[in-house]
Amino acid sequence: MRSQTQYRASFVADVVGSVLFGVLDVVGVVVVFRVTPALGGFAFAEVFLMTALAGCAFAAADLVVGNIERLRHYVRSGLFDVLLVRPLSSLAQLAAMDVATRRVGRVAFSAVVVVVAAANARVPITPGRLGLLVVTPVAGAMIFGAVFVATATVAFWWIESGEIANGLTYGGLNFAQYPITIYGALFRRLFAYVVGFAFVAYYPALVLLDRPDPLGAPALLGYASPAVGVAVVVAAALMWRAGVRHYRSTGS
Amino acid sequence: MAGFRRYATYRQATVANIVTNTVFGFLRFAIMLAVLDAGGRTVAGYDEPQLATFVWAGQGLIGVVLLWSLPDLAERIRTGDVVIDLLRPIDPVWQQLAADLGRAGYAALTRFVAPIVVGALVFKLYAPRHMLTYALFVCSALLATIVSFGCRFLVNAAAYWLLDARGPNTLWTVAAPILSGLYVPVWFFPDTLAVALVVATPFPSVIQIPLDVLVEHGSATRQLELLGVQAGWVVGILALCRWVQARGERKLVIQGG
Repeated sequence: MRSQTQYRASFVADVVGSVLFGVLDVVGVVVVFRVTPALGGFAFAEVFLMTALAGCAFAAADLVVGNIERLRHYVRSGLFDVLLVRPLSSLAQLAAMDVATRRVGRVAFSAVVVVVAAANARVPITPGRLGLLVVTPVAGAMIFGAVFVATATVAFWWIESGEIANGLTYGGLNFAQYPITIYGALFRRLFAYVVGFAFVAYYPALVLLDRPDPLGAPALLGYASPAVGVAVVVAAALMWRAGVRHYRSTGS
Repeated sequence: MAGFRRYATYRQATVANIVTNTVFGFLRFAIMLAVLDAGGRTVAGYDEPQLATFVWAGQGLIGVVLLWSLPDLAERIRTGDVVIDLLRPIDPVWQQLAADLGRAGYAALTRFVAPIVVGALVFKLYAPRHMLTYALFVCSALLATIVSFGCRFLVNAAAYWLLDARGPNTLWTVAAPILSGLYVPVWFFPDTLAVALVVATPFPSVIQIPLDVLVEHGSATRQLELLGVQAGWVVGILALCRWVQARGERKLVIQGG
């Protein structure tokens, strides 16, 4: 039997870990700017805003569909069949399991960081900008969430795929935290446009900061995040359906 | 060498891991290039080829020292299976260290080499100028693996008291990359903080020090100092592991295991 103190100690460690998660992200950017005045042509305040937006989007996605990474364990152990038998959609069931308080904590903390970053960057307080500031992490969460689901879905076809997913999920977060101007052309095209990570933070930040894109893209892209979010969510949902169908047909 | 063979069968997972580490290599090196672009030809004593080797060898080194791992031991503590370890004649800490070194040996041939090859194909890597550096690097990587093992062991051993290692594991997973020099070299941090990190915490001994040896960062004396710190941490962390293990065993026995 778990004693109260053991539970509390583990909970405290969880909470500290969550706050640390958000803090270290910020520390990362601060440290880099200790040794350089600019990154990809952008100053600290601007990159800080991008990091904050990306971090918030990721935390929100993790809250909603974070458990999807357990999919390959369920598939491997056959537990997934149990989910298929129940009336609720299998995806909703996986997502609902164990919505840990620490994930909520992470979202709250990261939202605070977004506000701090926006204030630090002196984003003009207009209805349009505020609306964009709120919508961007939501759209970003849709993009990350879709990537979580899509990369986890590969488990239906290839059980040991889990590790590669990290390259796209945590790698995607890493990518989205910085101005895409720092990446080589091929890499950028793949991550920024094909998967859509540039819409998590970079393009919205350009609008919020009133900066033209050094790469020459129209400012309108900053408002396109929700559309991109919907598109990737639809793509991921289709992948999920195909995956479940494949799983069923191969006769677990 | 049961450890060697067991991990040799995890081929699919190895490939997947290599792909992930390679992706991160590109991401991290992009930041380094951007830093150099705006800051100057060197930063914190590293020039571009040195940073390239630092990043790509670093991505390879992760697999050897196994910076992140699943808390298997914690799970076995939780279910009580860990008692089996105590029945064997060899102390559990040495048992697991031996297995981990076997794993590291296999990783050195696969997960270490692959990202470096990719990095070398795309970028210009710094090659050590002195033959001695290679030998010192191998020693340092070995020491780093032991320190990493110790840290992972301690994180898992928290389960003796907390019943699961999730909290400590999260802390470790999140703190290790930044504090060990995996994200950026610790010398990017303010000097006092960097020195404090290197001397007073085990993190840089896992990643920063072997890489600093490899890219011949700083004077020869500096390298020996760093190796000394690493050796100190090997002794210190293993002693800590033995102590925690003894305390954990006593707790198990008292609980009527």
